[in-house]
Amino acid sequence: MRRIMVGVKRVVDYNVRVRVKPDNTGVITEGVKMSINPFDEIALEQALRIKEQGLADEVLAVSIGPSDTQQQLRTALAMGADRAILVQTDAAMAPLSLARIFQKIAEAEQPFLTLLGKQAIDDDNGQTAQMLAALLDRPQATSCSKIDIADGKATVTREVDSGLETLEVDLPAVLSVDLRLNEPRYVKLPDIMKAKKKPLDVKSVADYGVTEGAAFRTVKVDPPPSRQKGIIVKDVAELVGVLKQKGLV
Amino acid sequence: MSKILIVAEHDGAKLNVSTAKSVTCAAKIAGATIDVAVLAADAAAIAAEAAALAGVSKVLVVENAANKEPLAAILAPQIAKLAAGYTHVFGPSTTFGKDIMPRVAALLGVSQVSDIMAVDGSHTFKRPIYAGNAILTVEAPAGAPVVATVRVASFEAAAAGGSAAIEKVDPGAALPSHTRFVSRSGATTGRPDLQSAAKVVSGGRALGSAENFKLIYSLADKLGAAVGASRAAVDAGYVPNDLQVGQTGKIIAPQVYFAIGISGAIQHMTGIKDARTIVAINKDGEAPIFESADIGLVGDLFTIVPEFEKALG
Ligand SMILES: Cc1cc2nc3c(=O)[nH]c(=O)nc-3n(C[C@H](O)[C@H](O)[C@H](O)COP(=O)(O)OP(=O)(O)OC[C@H]3O[C@@H](n4cnc5c(N)ncnc54)[C@H](O)[C@@H]3O)c2cc1C
Repeated sequence: MRRIMVGVKRVVDYNVRVRVKPDNTGVITEGVKMSINPFDEIALEQALRIKEQGLADEVLAVSIGPSDTQQQLRTALAMGADRAILVQTDAAMAPLSLARIFQKIAEAEQPFLTLLGKQAIDDDNGQTAQMLAALLDRPQATSCSKIDIADGKATVTREVDSGLETLEVDLPAVLSVDLRLNEPRYVKLPDIMKAKKKPLDVKSVADYGVTEGAAFRTVKVDPPPSRQKGIIVKDVAELVGVLKQKGLV
Repeated sequence: MSKILIVAEHDGAKLNVSTAKSVTCAAKIAGATIDVAVLAADAAAIAAEAAALAGVSKVLVVENAANKEPLAAILAPQIAKLAAGYTHVFGPSTTFGKDIMPRVAALLGVSQVSDIMAVDGSHTFKRPIYAGNAILTVEAPAGAPVVATVRVASFEAAAAGGSAAIEKVDPGAALPSHTRFVSRSGATTGRPDLQSAAKVVSGGRALGSAENFKLIYSLADKLGAAVGASRAAVDAGYVPNDLQVGQTGKIIAPQVYFAIGISGAIQHMTGIKDARTIVAINKDGEAPIFESADIGLVGDLFTIVPEFEKALG
Protein backbone atom coordinates (compact mmCIF):
# COMPACT_ATOMS: atom_id res chain seq x y z
CA MET A 1 0.00 0.00 0.00
CA ARG A 2 1.51 3.32 -1.10
CA ARG A 3 0.49 5.57 1.77
CA ILE A 4 0.79 9.30 2.44
CA MET A 5 0.54 10.55 6.02
CA VAL A 6 -0.73 14.09 6.57
CA GLY A 7 -0.73 16.07 9.81
CA VAL A 8 -3.91 18.02 10.60
CA LYS A 9 -3.97 20.46 13.49
CA ARG A 10 -7.06 22.12 14.95
CA VAL A 11 -6.34 25.83 15.41
CA VAL A 12 -8.15 29.11 15.92
CA ASP A 13 -9.37 30.14 12.45
CA TYR A 14 -7.02 32.55 10.70
CA ASN A 15 -9.73 35.21 10.40
CA VAL A 16 -10.24 35.43 14.16
CA ARG A 17 -8.69 38.39 15.92
CA VAL A 18 -7.04 36.64 18.82
CA ARG A 19 -7.25 38.21 22.29
CA VAL A 20 -5.13 37.57 25.35
CA LYS A 21 -6.95 36.43 28.52
CA PRO A 22 -7.16 39.09 31.23
CA ASP A 23 -5.21 36.86 33.64
CA ASN A 24 -2.34 36.54 31.11
CA THR A 25 -2.38 32.73 31.11
CA GLY A 26 -3.15 32.31 27.42
CA VAL A 27 -5.45 33.48 24.65
CA ILE A 28 -9.23 33.29 24.60
CA THR A 29 -10.33 30.21 22.68
CA GLU A 30 -13.83 29.76 24.17
CA GLY A 31 -16.54 30.41 21.61
CA VAL A 32 -13.99 31.07 18.89
CA LYS A 33 -14.19 29.53 15.41
CA MET A 34 -11.78 26.62 15.00
CA SER A 35 -10.46 25.26 11.70
CA ILE A 36 -7.81 23.07 10.14
CA ASN A 37 -4.48 24.89 10.23
CA PRO A 38 -4.33 26.48 6.72
CA PHE A 39 -0.91 24.99 5.98
CA ASP A 40 -2.18 21.51 6.91
CA GLU A 41 -5.13 21.93 4.59
CA ILE A 42 -2.65 22.57 1.78
CA ALA A 43 -0.64 19.50 2.81
CA LEU A 44 -3.81 17.41 2.67
CA GLU A 45 -4.80 18.84 -0.72
CA GLN A 46 -1.37 17.93 -2.09
CA ALA A 47 -1.67 14.38 -0.77
CA LEU A 48 -5.06 14.03 -2.44
CA ARG A 49 -3.67 15.31 -5.75
CA ILE A 50 -0.77 12.86 -5.60
CA LYS A 51 -3.26 10.05 -4.99
CA GLU A 52 -5.46 11.28 -7.84
CA GLN A 53 -2.42 11.16 -10.14
CA GLY A 54 -2.25 7.44 -9.34
CA LEU A 55 0.96 7.80 -7.34
CA ALA A 56 -0.52 6.80 -3.97
CA ASP A 57 -3.22 4.41 -2.73
CA GLU A 58 -4.18 5.88 0.61
CA VAL A 59 -4.14 9.19 2.44
CA LEU A 60 -3.99 8.93 6.23
CA ALA A 61 -4.83 12.06 8.24
CA VAL A 62 -3.34 12.23 11.74
CA SER A 63 -4.08 14.74 14.47
CA ILE A 64 -3.00 15.15 18.05
CA GLY A 65 -5.41 17.22 20.10
CA PRO A 66 -8.65 17.39 22.10
CA SER A 67 -11.71 15.29 21.26
CA ASP A 68 -13.28 18.17 19.32
CA THR A 69 -10.50 17.67 16.77
CA GLN A 70 -12.77 14.96 15.36
CA GLN A 71 -14.55 17.83 13.56
CA GLN A 72 -11.39 18.79 11.68
CA LEU A 73 -10.58 15.15 10.93
CA ARG A 74 -14.13 14.66 9.57
CA THR A 75 -13.48 17.65 7.32
CA ALA A 76 -10.22 16.04 6.22
CA LEU A 77 -12.09 12.82 5.45
CA ALA A 78 -14.72 14.79 3.55
CA MET A 79 -11.98 16.44 1.50
CA GLY A 80 -10.87 12.95 0.51
CA ALA A 81 -8.59 11.42 3.15
CA ASP A 82 -9.24 7.66 3.41
CA ARG A 83 -8.87 7.26 7.15
CA ALA A 84 -7.87 9.22 10.21
CA ILE A 85 -6.18 8.76 13.56
CA LEU A 86 -6.86 11.10 16.47
CA VAL A 87 -4.31 10.91 19.25
CA GLN A 88 -6.56 12.45 21.86
CA THR A 89 -5.20 14.73 24.55
CA ASP A 90 -6.24 17.91 26.31
CA ALA A 91 -2.65 18.65 27.30
CA ALA A 92 -0.37 21.14 25.63
CA MET A 93 2.23 19.05 23.83
CA ALA A 94 5.92 19.69 23.23
CA PRO A 95 6.84 19.79 19.54
CA LEU A 96 9.34 16.97 20.13
CA SER A 97 6.58 14.83 21.68
CA LEU A 98 4.38 15.45 18.65
CA ALA A 99 7.24 14.40 16.39
CA ARG A 100 7.73 11.24 18.48
CA ILE A 101 4.06 10.31 18.08
CA PHE A 102 4.25 10.89 14.32
CA GLN A 103 7.44 8.79 14.30
CA LYS A 104 5.66 5.86 15.98
CA ILE A 105 2.76 6.12 13.57
CA ALA A 106 5.13 6.33 10.60
CA GLU A 107 6.96 3.23 11.78
CA ALA A 108 3.66 1.34 11.95
CA GLU A 109 2.07 2.74 8.79
CA GLN A 110 5.20 3.07 6.63
CA PRO A 111 4.12 6.08 4.55
CA PHE A 112 6.41 6.81 1.58
CA LEU A 113 5.63 10.47 2.08
CA THR A 114 4.67 12.58 5.10
CA LEU A 115 3.25 16.04 4.46
CA LEU A 116 2.91 18.60 7.26
CA GLY A 117 2.22 22.31 7.33
CA LYS A 118 5.32 24.48 7.64
CA GLN A 119 3.91 25.94 10.85
CA ALA A 120 0.73 25.99 12.89
CA ILE A 121 -0.77 29.46 13.03
CA ASP A 122 -1.46 29.25 16.79
CA ASP A 123 1.90 28.59 18.44
CA ASP A 124 3.90 29.43 15.26
CA ASN A 125 6.56 26.91 16.27
CA GLY A 126 7.46 25.45 12.88
CA GLN A 127 9.28 22.43 14.27
CA THR A 128 7.35 19.20 13.85
CA ALA A 129 8.29 18.27 10.28
CA GLN A 130 12.02 18.83 10.76
CA MET A 131 11.98 16.93 14.06
CA LEU A 132 10.09 14.01 12.55
CA ALA A 133 12.60 13.83 9.68
CA ALA A 134 15.44 13.82 12.22
CA LEU A 135 13.88 11.08 14.35
CA LEU A 136 13.21 8.93 11.28
CA ASP A 137 16.67 9.75 9.90
CA ARG A 138 15.00 10.64 6.60
CA PRO A 139 15.20 13.62 4.21
CA GLN A 140 13.31 16.81 4.89
CA ALA A 141 12.32 19.77 2.79
CA THR A 142 10.55 22.71 4.41
CA SER A 143 8.32 25.43 2.90
CA CYS A 144 7.66 23.51 -0.31
CA SER A 145 5.82 25.36 -3.07
CA LYS A 146 6.16 22.56 -5.65
CA ILE A 147 6.40 18.79 -5.20
CA ASP A 148 6.99 16.23 -7.98
CA ILE A 149 7.05 12.53 -7.17
CA ALA A 150 8.77 10.09 -9.55
CA ASP A 151 11.05 7.04 -9.41
CA GLY A 152 11.22 6.80 -5.64
CA LYS A 153 12.27 10.43 -5.35
CA ALA A 154 10.65 13.78 -4.72
CA THR A 155 11.86 16.89 -6.50
CA VAL A 156 10.74 19.86 -4.46
CA THR A 157 10.93 23.62 -4.76
CA ARG A 158 11.32 25.47 -1.46
CA GLU A 159 10.54 29.10 -0.75
CA VAL A 160 13.68 30.56 0.84
CA ASP A 161 14.68 34.12 1.74
CA SER A 162 16.81 34.47 -1.38
CA GLY A 163 14.18 33.09 -3.78
CA LEU A 164 13.51 29.48 -4.69
CA GLU A 165 15.59 26.40 -4.00
CA THR A 166 15.17 23.01 -5.64
CA LEU A 167 16.16 19.80 -3.86
CA GLU A 168 15.96 16.15 -4.76
CA VAL A 169 15.22 13.79 -1.88
CA ASP A 170 14.95 10.02 -1.70
CA LEU A 171 11.64 8.65 -0.45
CA PRO A 172 10.41 8.15 2.19
CA ALA A 173 10.71 11.80 3.12
CA VAL A 174 9.04 14.39 5.31
CA LEU A 175 7.99 17.60 3.57
CA SER A 176 6.48 20.76 5.04
CA VAL A 177 4.34 22.86 2.75
CA ASP A 178 3.93 26.56 2.06
CA LEU A 179 0.88 28.51 0.96
CA ARG A 180 1.61 28.70 -2.75
CA LEU A 181 1.76 24.92 -3.22
CA ASN A 182 -1.93 24.68 -4.12
CA GLU A 183 -5.41 25.93 -3.37
CA PRO A 184 -7.37 23.45 -1.26
CA ARG A 185 -10.69 22.18 -2.62
CA TYR A 186 -14.04 22.99 -1.06
CA VAL A 187 -15.88 20.22 0.70
CA LYS A 188 -19.16 19.18 -0.93
CA LEU A 189 -22.19 18.13 1.10
CA PRO A 190 -22.38 14.51 -0.21
CA ASP A 191 -18.73 14.08 0.75
CA ILE A 192 -19.53 15.13 4.30
CA MET A 193 -22.14 12.36 4.45
CA LYS A 194 -19.69 9.81 3.00
CA ALA A 195 -16.98 10.91 5.42
CA LYS A 196 -19.13 9.82 8.36
CA LYS A 197 -18.55 6.19 7.34
CA LYS A 198 -14.79 6.48 6.95
CA PRO A 199 -12.62 5.03 9.75
CA LEU A 200 -11.47 7.40 12.50
CA ASP A 201 -9.40 5.69 15.21
CA VAL A 202 -9.03 7.38 18.58
CA LYS A 203 -5.80 6.68 20.45
CA SER A 204 -4.09 8.09 23.51
CA VAL A 205 -0.68 9.69 23.84
CA ALA A 206 0.34 6.82 26.13
CA ASP A 207 -0.39 4.35 23.30
CA TYR A 208 2.76 5.69 21.65
CA GLY A 209 4.89 5.66 24.78
CA VAL A 210 5.04 9.44 24.89
CA THR A 211 4.30 11.62 27.93
CA GLU A 212 1.89 14.54 27.87
CA GLY A 213 2.93 18.09 28.60
CA ALA A 214 4.50 21.21 27.18
CA ALA A 215 8.22 21.62 26.60
CA PHE A 216 8.49 24.89 28.47
CA ARG A 217 6.80 26.54 31.41
CA THR A 218 4.51 29.36 30.35
CA VAL A 219 5.47 32.34 32.49
CA LYS A 220 2.81 34.60 31.00
CA VAL A 221 1.08 35.70 27.82
CA ASP A 222 0.86 39.41 27.04
CA PRO A 223 -0.89 41.37 24.34
CA PRO A 224 1.59 42.90 21.87
CA PRO A 225 2.61 46.52 22.48
CA SER A 226 0.10 48.67 20.63
CA ARG A 227 1.18 51.34 18.19
CA GLN A 228 0.25 54.94 18.83
CA LYS A 229 -2.60 56.25 16.74
CA GLY A 230 -1.21 57.93 13.64
CA ILE A 231 -2.21 60.93 11.62
CA ILE A 232 -4.06 61.24 8.31
CA VAL A 233 -2.51 63.68 5.86
CA LYS A 234 -4.71 65.35 3.24
CA ASP A 235 -2.41 65.26 0.23
CA VAL A 236 1.02 64.43 -1.16
CA ALA A 237 2.47 67.82 -0.25
CA GLU A 238 1.59 67.31 3.41
CA LEU A 239 2.91 63.72 3.30
CA VAL A 240 6.25 64.87 1.96
CA GLY A 241 6.32 67.65 4.58
CA VAL A 242 5.78 65.24 7.48
CA LEU A 243 8.31 62.75 6.13
CA LYS A 244 10.93 65.50 5.69
CA GLN A 245 10.28 66.72 9.22
CA LYS A 246 10.94 63.20 10.53
CA GLY A 247 14.07 62.97 8.38
CA LEU A 248 12.68 59.98 6.50
CA VAL A 249 13.09 61.28 2.95
CA MET B 1 27.55 30.05 33.14
CA SER B 2 26.00 30.10 29.71
CA LYS B 3 28.07 28.85 26.81
CA ILE B 4 26.35 29.70 23.56
CA LEU B 5 27.04 28.32 20.10
CA ILE B 6 25.65 30.33 17.18
CA VAL B 7 25.16 28.67 13.83
CA ALA B 8 26.40 31.08 11.16
CA GLU B 9 24.27 31.75 8.09
CA HIS B 10 26.14 32.56 4.88
CA ASP B 11 25.84 32.28 1.11
CA GLY B 12 29.10 30.41 0.60
CA ALA B 13 31.14 33.60 0.39
CA LYS B 14 29.84 36.11 2.92
CA LEU B 15 28.30 36.04 6.36
CA ASN B 16 24.60 36.93 6.48
CA VAL B 17 23.75 39.83 8.82
CA SER B 18 21.39 37.43 10.65
CA THR B 19 24.48 36.00 12.35
CA ALA B 20 25.51 39.35 13.83
CA LYS B 21 21.93 39.83 15.05
CA SER B 22 21.94 36.39 16.68
CA VAL B 23 25.17 37.38 18.47
CA THR B 24 23.41 40.45 19.89
CA CYS B 25 20.57 38.26 21.15
CA ALA B 26 23.03 35.85 22.78
CA ALA B 27 24.92 38.73 24.39
CA LYS B 28 21.73 39.66 26.27
CA ILE B 29 22.33 36.59 28.43
CA ALA B 30 24.47 37.87 31.28
CA GLY B 31 27.99 36.50 31.39
CA ALA B 32 27.58 34.32 28.32
CA THR B 33 30.53 33.04 26.29
CA ILE B 34 29.63 33.21 22.60
CA ASP B 35 31.16 31.01 19.90
CA VAL B 36 30.14 30.89 16.25
CA ALA B 37 30.13 27.76 14.08
CA VAL B 38 30.81 28.20 10.37
CA LEU B 39 30.01 25.14 8.28
CA ALA B 40 31.02 25.67 4.67
CA ALA B 41 32.93 24.23 1.73
CA ASP B 42 35.32 27.16 1.74
CA ALA B 43 35.11 28.94 5.07
CA ALA B 44 38.10 31.28 5.36
CA ALA B 45 36.43 34.59 4.40
CA ILE B 46 33.23 33.80 6.30
CA ALA B 47 35.11 32.76 9.43
CA ALA B 48 37.15 35.96 9.31
CA GLU B 49 33.93 38.02 9.21
CA ALA B 50 32.50 36.06 12.16
CA ALA B 51 35.73 36.45 14.13
CA ALA B 52 35.47 40.23 13.73
CA LEU B 53 32.06 40.42 15.44
CA ALA B 54 32.28 42.08 18.84
CA GLY B 55 31.47 39.67 21.65
CA VAL B 56 32.50 36.46 19.86
CA SER B 57 35.12 34.36 21.71
CA LYS B 58 35.86 31.66 19.19
CA VAL B 59 34.88 30.66 15.67
CA LEU B 60 34.59 26.94 15.02
CA VAL B 61 35.17 26.10 11.35
CA VAL B 62 33.97 22.91 9.72
CA GLU B 63 35.21 22.80 6.15
CA ASN B 64 33.75 20.03 4.04
CA ALA B 65 32.66 19.90 0.39
CA ALA B 66 29.35 18.44 1.67
CA ASN B 67 28.67 21.78 3.43
CA LYS B 68 28.59 23.77 0.18
CA GLU B 69 24.80 24.11 0.28
CA PRO B 70 22.83 24.54 3.52
CA LEU B 71 21.04 21.17 3.64
CA ALA B 72 19.44 20.49 7.01
CA ALA B 73 19.97 16.73 6.85
CA ILE B 74 23.71 17.30 6.29
CA LEU B 75 24.32 20.24 8.64
CA ALA B 76 22.16 19.21 11.60
CA PRO B 77 24.12 16.09 12.65
CA GLN B 78 27.38 18.10 12.55
CA ILE B 79 25.89 20.94 14.60
CA ALA B 80 24.47 18.46 17.11
CA LYS B 81 28.00 17.06 17.63
CA LEU B 82 29.51 20.55 17.95
CA ALA B 83 26.83 21.37 20.56
CA ALA B 84 28.47 19.13 23.17
CA GLY B 85 29.55 21.31 26.09
CA TYR B 86 27.30 24.22 25.12
CA THR B 87 24.29 25.28 27.19
CA HIS B 88 22.61 27.04 24.24
CA VAL B 89 22.60 26.64 20.46
CA PHE B 90 21.14 29.59 18.53
CA GLY B 91 20.40 30.08 14.86
CA PRO B 92 18.63 32.91 13.04
CA SER B 93 14.89 32.67 12.43
CA THR B 94 15.39 33.01 8.68
CA THR B 95 14.44 30.28 6.22
CA PHE B 96 17.97 28.90 6.84
CA GLY B 97 17.62 28.64 10.62
CA LYS B 98 13.95 27.62 10.55
CA ASP B 99 14.91 24.66 8.38
CA ILE B 100 17.97 23.49 10.30
CA MET B 101 17.52 24.30 13.99
CA PRO B 102 14.49 22.08 14.79
CA ARG B 103 16.40 19.16 13.27
CA VAL B 104 19.32 20.00 15.58
CA ALA B 105 16.92 20.23 18.53
CA ALA B 106 15.45 16.79 17.81
CA LEU B 107 18.92 15.27 17.58
CA LEU B 108 19.69 16.81 20.98
CA GLY B 109 16.40 15.50 22.40
CA VAL B 110 14.77 18.87 23.13
CA SER B 111 12.04 21.08 21.70
CA GLN B 112 13.07 24.43 20.26
CA VAL B 113 12.35 27.96 21.44
CA SER B 114 11.24 29.54 18.15
CA ASP B 115 11.66 33.24 17.29
CA ILE B 116 13.20 34.75 20.43
CA MET B 117 12.25 38.44 20.44
CA ALA B 118 13.54 39.29 23.92
CA VAL B 119 15.78 37.67 26.52
CA ASP B 120 14.51 37.79 30.13
CA GLY B 121 17.15 35.46 31.55
CA SER B 122 19.41 32.59 30.57
CA HIS B 123 16.41 30.27 30.17
CA THR B 124 13.52 32.75 29.90
CA PHE B 125 12.54 34.23 26.58
CA LYS B 126 9.75 36.15 24.89
CA ARG B 127 8.41 34.94 21.56
CA PRO B 128 5.45 35.88 19.37
CA ILE B 129 2.53 33.48 18.93
CA TYR B 130 -0.70 33.80 16.92
CA ALA B 131 1.03 35.84 14.21
CA GLY B 132 2.30 38.25 16.84
CA ASN B 133 -1.12 38.88 18.38
CA ALA B 134 0.18 37.55 21.67
CA ILE B 135 3.61 37.51 23.24
CA LEU B 136 4.51 34.36 25.15
CA THR B 137 7.14 34.32 27.88
CA VAL B 138 8.56 30.81 28.30
CA GLU B 139 11.05 29.27 30.65
CA ALA B 140 13.11 26.39 29.31
CA PRO B 141 14.30 23.81 31.84
CA ALA B 142 17.80 24.24 33.25
CA GLY B 143 19.92 21.18 32.71
CA ALA B 144 18.90 20.59 29.09
CA PRO B 145 20.41 22.39 26.11
CA VAL B 146 18.42 25.38 24.86
CA VAL B 147 18.03 25.24 21.09
CA ALA B 148 16.49 28.41 19.72
CA THR B 149 15.96 30.59 16.69
CA VAL B 150 16.38 34.34 16.96
CA ARG B 151 13.81 36.71 15.45
CA VAL B 152 16.34 38.87 13.65
CA ALA B 153 14.08 41.92 13.32
CA SER B 154 14.17 42.25 17.12
CA PHE B 155 17.94 42.75 17.42
CA GLU B 156 20.54 45.14 16.02
CA ALA B 157 23.59 43.59 14.37
CA ALA B 158 26.62 43.18 16.66
CA ALA B 159 29.32 45.67 15.76
CA ALA B 160 32.63 44.75 14.21
CA GLY B 161 35.79 45.18 16.22
CA GLY B 162 36.24 41.72 17.72
CA SER B 163 39.17 39.41 17.10
CA ALA B 164 38.06 35.91 18.01
CA ALA B 165 40.26 32.87 17.60
CA ILE B 166 39.48 30.68 14.60
CA GLU B 167 39.68 26.95 15.18
CA LYS B 168 39.22 24.17 12.61
CA VAL B 169 37.21 21.26 13.95
CA ASP B 170 35.95 17.93 12.69
CA PRO B 171 32.64 17.03 14.31
CA GLY B 172 32.92 13.45 13.00
CA ALA B 173 29.24 13.06 12.14
CA ALA B 174 28.01 10.50 9.63
CA LEU B 175 26.43 12.41 6.72
CA PRO B 176 23.51 11.04 4.70
CA SER B 177 23.32 11.03 0.88
CA HIS B 178 19.52 11.01 0.66
CA THR B 179 19.17 14.77 0.15
CA ARG B 180 20.70 16.52 -2.86
CA PHE B 181 20.84 20.18 -3.85
CA VAL B 182 19.65 20.86 -7.41
CA SER B 183 19.48 24.61 -7.94
CA ARG B 184 18.66 27.99 -6.49
CA SER B 185 17.07 30.89 -8.30
CA GLY B 186 16.81 34.33 -6.87
CA ALA B 187 16.91 37.77 -8.26
CA THR B 188 19.99 39.85 -7.59
CA THR B 189 18.24 43.14 -8.13
CA GLY B 190 20.88 45.68 -7.24
CA ARG B 191 18.31 47.14 -4.84
CA PRO B 192 18.77 47.22 -1.05
CA ASP B 193 18.12 43.93 0.71
CA LEU B 194 14.56 43.72 2.00
CA GLN B 195 15.57 42.22 5.34
CA SER B 196 18.09 44.88 6.29
CA ALA B 197 16.94 47.99 4.38
CA ALA B 198 16.21 51.20 6.28
CA LYS B 199 13.38 52.04 3.87
CA VAL B 200 10.91 49.64 2.28
CA VAL B 201 8.19 50.32 -0.28
CA SER B 202 5.61 47.55 -0.54
CA GLY B 203 2.77 47.08 -3.00
CA GLY B 204 -0.37 44.99 -2.67
CA ARG B 205 -3.12 43.44 -4.74
CA ALA B 206 -4.28 46.93 -5.76
CA LEU B 207 -1.36 47.23 -8.19
CA GLY B 208 -3.25 44.84 -10.46
CA SER B 209 -0.36 43.64 -12.62
CA ALA B 210 3.39 43.08 -12.82
CA GLU B 211 3.46 45.98 -15.28
CA ASN B 212 1.84 48.35 -12.80
CA PHE B 213 4.19 47.19 -10.06
CA LYS B 214 6.86 49.27 -11.86
CA LEU B 215 5.29 52.22 -10.03
CA ILE B 216 6.48 50.68 -6.76
CA TYR B 217 9.97 49.89 -8.08
CA SER B 218 10.31 53.39 -9.43
CA LEU B 219 9.30 55.02 -6.13
CA ALA B 220 11.60 52.65 -4.23
CA ASP B 221 14.55 53.57 -6.45
CA LYS B 222 13.83 57.23 -5.90
CA LEU B 223 13.87 56.69 -2.12
CA GLY B 224 16.79 54.25 -2.15
CA ALA B 225 14.39 51.71 -0.65
CA ALA B 226 13.97 47.96 -0.88
CA VAL B 227 10.81 46.58 -2.49
CA GLY B 228 8.33 44.37 -0.67
CA ALA B 229 4.86 43.01 -1.35
CA SER B 230 1.78 41.49 0.23
CA ARG B 231 1.00 37.84 -0.20
CA ALA B 232 -1.83 38.73 -2.57
CA ALA B 233 0.62 40.51 -4.89
CA VAL B 234 2.99 37.53 -4.82
CA ASP B 235 0.21 34.98 -5.33
CA ALA B 236 -1.07 36.98 -8.31
CA GLY B 237 2.40 36.77 -9.83
CA TYR B 238 3.19 40.50 -9.84
CA VAL B 239 6.47 39.91 -7.99
CA PRO B 240 8.60 36.91 -6.88
CA ASN B 241 8.03 35.15 -3.54
CA ASP B 242 11.15 36.51 -1.87
CA LEU B 243 9.51 39.95 -1.69
CA GLN B 244 6.65 38.78 0.55
CA VAL B 245 6.39 40.53 3.89
CA GLY B 246 4.43 38.98 6.74
CA GLN B 247 3.79 35.93 8.87
CA THR B 248 4.82 33.60 6.06
CA GLY B 249 7.21 35.97 4.36
CA LYS B 250 9.85 38.23 5.80
CA ILE B 251 9.71 39.89 9.21
CA ILE B 252 11.36 43.28 8.83
CA ALA B 253 12.14 46.33 10.94
CA PRO B 254 12.88 49.27 8.62
CA GLN B 255 12.98 52.91 9.69
CA VAL B 256 10.09 53.60 7.36
CA TYR B 257 7.66 51.26 5.62
CA PHE B 258 5.34 52.37 2.82
CA ALA B 259 2.28 50.12 2.43
CA ILE B 260 0.70 50.97 -0.91
CA GLY B 261 -2.59 49.36 -1.90
CA ILE B 262 -2.28 46.91 0.99
CA SER B 263 -5.32 46.37 3.24
CA GLY B 264 -3.37 45.53 6.41
CA ALA B 265 -4.38 41.92 7.16
CA ILE B 266 -2.99 40.62 10.47
CA GLN B 267 -0.72 38.22 8.61
CA HIS B 268 0.82 41.14 6.75
CA MET B 269 1.12 43.38 9.82
CA THR B 270 3.04 40.63 11.64
CA GLY B 271 5.90 41.30 9.27
CA ILE B 272 6.16 45.03 10.04
CA LYS B 273 5.37 45.30 13.75
CA ASP B 274 8.87 46.62 14.39
CA ALA B 275 8.89 49.17 11.57
CA ARG B 276 9.66 52.57 13.11
CA THR B 277 7.21 54.52 10.91
CA ILE B 278 4.44 53.01 8.80
CA VAL B 279 3.03 55.06 5.92
CA ALA B 280 -0.18 53.80 4.31
CA ILE B 281 -1.61 54.83 0.97
CA ASN B 282 -5.03 53.30 0.35
CA LYS B 283 -8.18 54.47 -1.37
CA ASP B 284 -10.38 52.96 1.34
CA GLY B 285 -10.34 55.18 4.42
CA GLU B 286 -11.73 52.26 6.44
CA ALA B 287 -8.91 49.87 5.51
CA PRO B 288 -7.42 48.19 8.64
CA ILE B 289 -3.94 49.39 7.65
CA PHE B 290 -4.90 52.85 8.90
CA GLU B 291 -5.28 51.46 12.45
CA SER B 292 -1.54 50.79 12.58
CA ALA B 293 -0.19 53.43 10.24
CA ASP B 294 1.70 56.41 11.66
CA ILE B 295 0.92 58.43 8.56
CA GLY B 296 -2.05 57.70 6.33
CA LEU B 297 -3.08 59.14 2.98
CA VAL B 298 -6.47 58.19 1.58
CA GLY B 299 -6.66 58.14 -2.20
CA ASP B 300 -5.91 56.38 -5.48
CA LEU B 301 -2.36 55.07 -5.57
CA PHE B 302 -2.24 55.44 -9.36
CA THR B 303 -2.37 59.22 -8.99
CA ILE B 304 -0.66 59.52 -5.59
CA VAL B 305 2.45 57.44 -6.25
CA PRO B 306 3.61 59.31 -9.39
CA GLU B 307 2.82 62.61 -7.68
CA PHE B 308 4.76 61.55 -4.58
CA GLU B 309 7.76 60.51 -6.65
CA LYS B 310 7.71 63.85 -8.47
CA ALA B 311 7.43 65.77 -5.20
CA LEU B 312 10.59 64.07 -3.95
CA GLY B 313 12.43 65.98 -6.66
C1 LIG C 1 -1.90 31.33 6.97
C2 LIG C 1 -1.87 32.63 6.24
C3 LIG C 1 -0.65 33.29 6.11
C4 LIG C 1 -0.58 34.50 5.42
N1 LIG C 1 0.62 35.13 5.33
C5 LIG C 1 0.69 36.35 4.73
C6 LIG C 1 1.93 37.06 4.65
O1 LIG C 1 2.98 36.59 5.07
N2 LIG C 1 1.92 38.28 4.08
C7 LIG C 1 0.79 38.86 3.56
O2 LIG C 1 0.86 40.00 3.05
N3 LIG C 1 -0.37 38.20 3.60
C8 LIG C 1 -0.46 36.95 4.17
N4 LIG C 1 -1.64 36.28 4.18
C9 LIG C 1 -2.77 36.85 3.41
C10 LIG C 1 -3.52 37.95 4.11
O3 LIG C 1 -4.53 37.38 4.93
C11 LIG C 1 -4.20 38.89 3.06
O4 LIG C 1 -5.03 38.11 2.23
C12 LIG C 1 -3.21 39.65 2.19
O5 LIG C 1 -2.22 40.27 2.98
C13 LIG C 1 -3.95 40.69 1.37
O6 LIG C 1 -3.07 41.34 0.50
P1 LIG C 1 -3.40 42.82 0.02
O7 LIG C 1 -3.49 43.72 1.18
O8 LIG C 1 -2.41 43.17 -1.05
O9 LIG C 1 -4.80 42.65 -0.73
P2 LIG C 1 -6.25 43.12 -0.29
O10 LIG C 1 -6.60 42.68 1.05
O11 LIG C 1 -7.13 42.76 -1.43
O12 LIG C 1 -6.11 44.70 -0.22
C14 LIG C 1 -5.96 45.54 -1.31
C15 LIG C 1 -6.08 46.95 -0.78
O13 LIG C 1 -5.82 47.87 -1.84
C16 LIG C 1 -6.72 48.96 -1.74
N5 LIG C 1 -6.84 49.52 -3.09
C17 LIG C 1 -7.44 48.98 -4.18
N6 LIG C 1 -7.29 49.78 -5.25
C18 LIG C 1 -6.57 50.86 -4.83
C19 LIG C 1 -6.09 52.02 -5.48
N7 LIG C 1 -6.30 52.24 -6.78
N8 LIG C 1 -5.40 52.91 -4.74
C20 LIG C 1 -5.17 52.72 -3.41
N9 LIG C 1 -5.59 51.61 -2.75
C21 LIG C 1 -6.29 50.70 -3.46
C22 LIG C 1 -7.99 48.38 -1.21
O14 LIG C 1 -8.75 49.38 -0.55
C23 LIG C 1 -7.47 47.31 -0.25
O15 LIG C 1 -7.34 47.82 1.07
C24 LIG C 1 -1.74 35.07 4.84
C25 LIG C 1 -2.95 34.39 4.96
C26 LIG C 1 -3.03 33.19 5.64
C27 LIG C 1 -4.32 32.49 5.74
